[in-house]
Amino acid sequence: MEKTVALELKNISKFFGKVIANNKINLSLYKGEILSILGENGCGKTTLMNMISGIYFPDEGQIFVDGKEVVIKSPLDAFHYKIGMIHQHFKLVDVFTAAQNIVLGVNDGSKYSIKSVNAKVKEIADKYGFHIDPKKKIYDMSVSEKQTVEIVKVLYRGADILILDEPTAVLTPSETEKLFSVLRRMKEDGKSIIIITHKLHEVLAVSDRVAVLRKGENVGSVVTSETSESQLTEMMVGKKVELNIERSQPENTVDRLFVEHVDCMDREGVKVLDDVSFIARSGEILGIAGIAGSGQRELLEAIAGLQKLKNGKISYLDPATGKMENLQDKTPLQIREMGVRLSFVPEDRLGMGLVGNMDLVDNVMLRSYRKGKTPFLNRKDPGKLTNEIVSSLEVVTPNVHTPVRRLSGGNVQKVLVGREIASEPKVLMAAYPVRGLDINSSYLIYNLLNDQKKRGTAVIFVGEDLDVLISLCDRILVIGSGRITGEVNGRETSKEEIGRLMTKTVATESKKEESHE
Amino acid sequence: MSNVKTEKSVREPLFHIAKRGGLPLWKGILIRFIAIFAGLLVCGIFVTVAADGKKGFFDVFASLFSGAFGTERRRWLLLQDTALLLGVSLALVPAFKMKFWNLGGNGQILMGCLTSTMCMFYLGGKLPDPVVWLIMTVSAIAAGALWAVIPALFKAFFRTNESLFTLMMNYIAFHLVCFFISYWYPKGTGTMTPLEAGVLPDLFGNKYLLTLFVVVLLTVFMFAYLRFSKHGYELSVVGESENTARYIGVNVKGVIIRTLLLSGAICGIVGLLISGSINHAVGSNYDNNMGFTAIMAAWLGKFDPLIIVLTSFFITFLTRGMGQVRTDFGFTSEALSSVIIGIIYFCVIACEFFISYQIKFNGEHKKTKKPKKNRFEETVKRDFAEEFKMAKEENFEENKEEK
Repeated sequence: MEKTVALELKNISKFFGKVIANNKINLSLYKGEILSILGENGCGKTTLMNMISGIYFPDEGQIFVDGKEVVIKSPLDAFHYKIGMIHQHFKLVDVFTAAQNIVLGVNDGSKYSIKSVNAKVKEIADKYGFHIDPKKKIYDMSVSEKQTVEIVKVLYRGADILILDEPTAVLTPSETEKLFSVLRRMKEDGKSIIIITHKLHEVLAVSDRVAVLRKGENVGSVVTSETSESQLTEMMVGKKVELNIERSQPENTVDRLFVEHVDCMDREGVKVLDDVSFIARSGEILGIAGIAGSGQRELLEAIAGLQKLKNGKISYLDPATGKMENLQDKTPLQIREMGVRLSFVPEDRLGMGLVGNMDLVDNVMLRSYRKGKTPFLNRKDPGKLTNEIVSSLEVVTPNVHTPVRRLSGGNVQKVLVGREIASEPKVLMAAYPVRGLDINSSYLIYNLLNDQKKRGTAVIFVGEDLDVLISLCDRILVIGSGRITGEVNGRETSKEEIGRLMTKTVATESKKEESHE
Repeated sequence: MSNVKTEKSVREPLFHIAKRGGLPLWKGILIRFIAIFAGLLVCGIFVTVAADGKKGFFDVFASLFSGAFGTERRRWLLLQDTALLLGVSLALVPAFKMKFWNLGGNGQILMGCLTSTMCMFYLGGKLPDPVVWLIMTVSAIAAGALWAVIPALFKAFFRTNESLFTLMMNYIAFHLVCFFISYWYPKGTGTMTPLEAGVLPDLFGNKYLLTLFVVVLLTVFMFAYLRFSKHGYELSVVGESENTARYIGVNVKGVIIRTLLLSGAICGIVGLLISGSINHAVGSNYDNNMGFTAIMAAWLGKFDPLIIVLTSFFITFLTRGMGQVRTDFGFTSEALSSVIIGIIYFCVIACEFFISYQIKFNGEHKKTKKPKKNRFEETVKRDFAEEFKMAKEENFEENKEEK
């Protein structure tokens, strides 16, 4: 294959204050190839891409497009050099149609005619195998349709170099597969594509070459066909990582939490939980699988006292007294005052579990600050606890008085989980606890959950990665559109079975089964 | 970068903006001092030009300082005005920290003024003075608190917008004061003659000391309340993230109401001091617009009571000093001094940009930290673009939540 360099970076560096986000990065992208950029969180992947697409300006180094040095000061400059970026968070106008969004900001001198735009969009879509309705409004679109609009928008402007920032994070497995086939077709057409991801199997599935970043430095590029998952992980982390989750047999299981026939409505009166019943047992990890937004969040919030029930019962068997306590229609404070040891690691870490602008101590204190009758705070004990969490979970932070929003995602999660397990819970609920975390941190969290299980806690784990659910959980509940569609044994089930259950109630999306290979 | 110039297609921008890492404390202070100095310099030039050569450049500063510190009376007045402004800022801080935009400081002060004057008017001389003082204090606190808690109740239970509500409460308070003055003095000109009975006592025979003393107490109280109390902790959690507050079981409605009761009560106390101790009367302009000026003092002071002591002093110094400049230079309109105060504020606020960002000049690739003024416009534009983006995302998230 003839290789011409489409994009080359030479010694690119970017500093944020004292933090080195990128350090002398050299990278080249050939015409007609898909390059994966792989790296743990906070290794500078997105920063690097933002410099190529004109959002940041590099502090040092040069960028070459087609062999000529260029200066990219704004996204407009980037378009001028035919570089287009598809961001992780879409930037679309909700009330506009697909075509209107696509043409927005294009000023090529020709007269604006929505008809010709529609036609051109259709042409692009046909060429690469997209499904897109140019007249559909954005607010009517699913996440994957929105992403399609973003990609077409970039192609419409004639981009030859496309950068996709974690495009699969929001997609279902079948949508991901569709996206990949589109990417392959674009590659055949001679486009160069950079894809940022931290899912290893996707890297292996779609890319030609992989560049690995670690701590802001490029640690090397490998040809995908000559590498393996374990080699890539080693490059990312810098040392060998054991990718096994140890699962012990549940011991002395006792029914701890009873959820019976629970119905919930969201603010608009739409049913989000429909007749949900299950029992969580001590010494066991109960997994909850399902397509995102099927009612997992509402279920956990209902148990935690944050969501009003319409019908049904939630009760807790207090191991100390042997008494059944009703949890429904109680506020979180009342639940705590009843002596129910319930911990909850919510999905939205900085928006719900923690306060981003407060320091570690104040965040650890959130659970315990009410202790004592004085009107004043006691920061001494939370301070000690914080130090314990920092040292036992290896939280990387300048000191305990740093605002948590300055920490990286994994460290934020360690603080949150550390606080929640510090109260020695009898029930521990964790919603997507490893989302956005790097490999090391993820396995640390799995091990923490396992430790809790061994201690006799009833652990409820809401996850999205089916592989993890299967290897971590003892039992797995599958939830689809607010209904429990099945319960399987974690040791005996398969991804296919869970995938089938996930989409069971959604007849129109039955095709998804096929993609859970 | 030696080969850069050989390529014609390359146009490097002259400089770019980079975020600073931690800035040593002394540097931050230095930048702020430079900003104040630059502001004063501009203001000096401005006044000298406007004065048409009647007086020189340095006379401006002479007047400015003499207006603030020139005589003993001026020094006391400077302290008193600082204290009042500080008092109002302290009242606003807890509300603002909770992201409750209390723009009703003026109304809350006026209600404190009005009720304490009513007590003096109706009870003064009829009851023993200490009893009147007690009733005055209680009623002023209650009135201020009431004026703040009404919008708070609506916000807590019906999610109404507090900024409009508190603003409207200002007008009601203003017109109530006007009404009572014309009711008491039907033939008067709308101003009130100072009362003599029932007024608050002087402390150690000095009529300024009571105000200072009360505000010092308030400062200490507010500092401890925010830093060390459970209430203060709760209100910051509510301000930072209502969801987190709900999640840990804070009664959000209760905190909003409680905090605004406190905020209004302190404004009421300031009103009590203005009417009961300083003026012995009430007037519709006795709030002196402090409800708004205090917002700036509080914001510049980063909601820290101890820094706000400095910012209130600075703002009061400027206001009083510029008053003197106006007299000395024979400016008849107040507009000019407002413009100049505005310029100085601008410099002080703008310097915050240089505290969080630095300008890097390309080609050298050294960490130059020279803030350069004439490039300011463009830097601000970029900064705004970023903030706008952030604001948009926040909005988006809020909308999502509402749905």
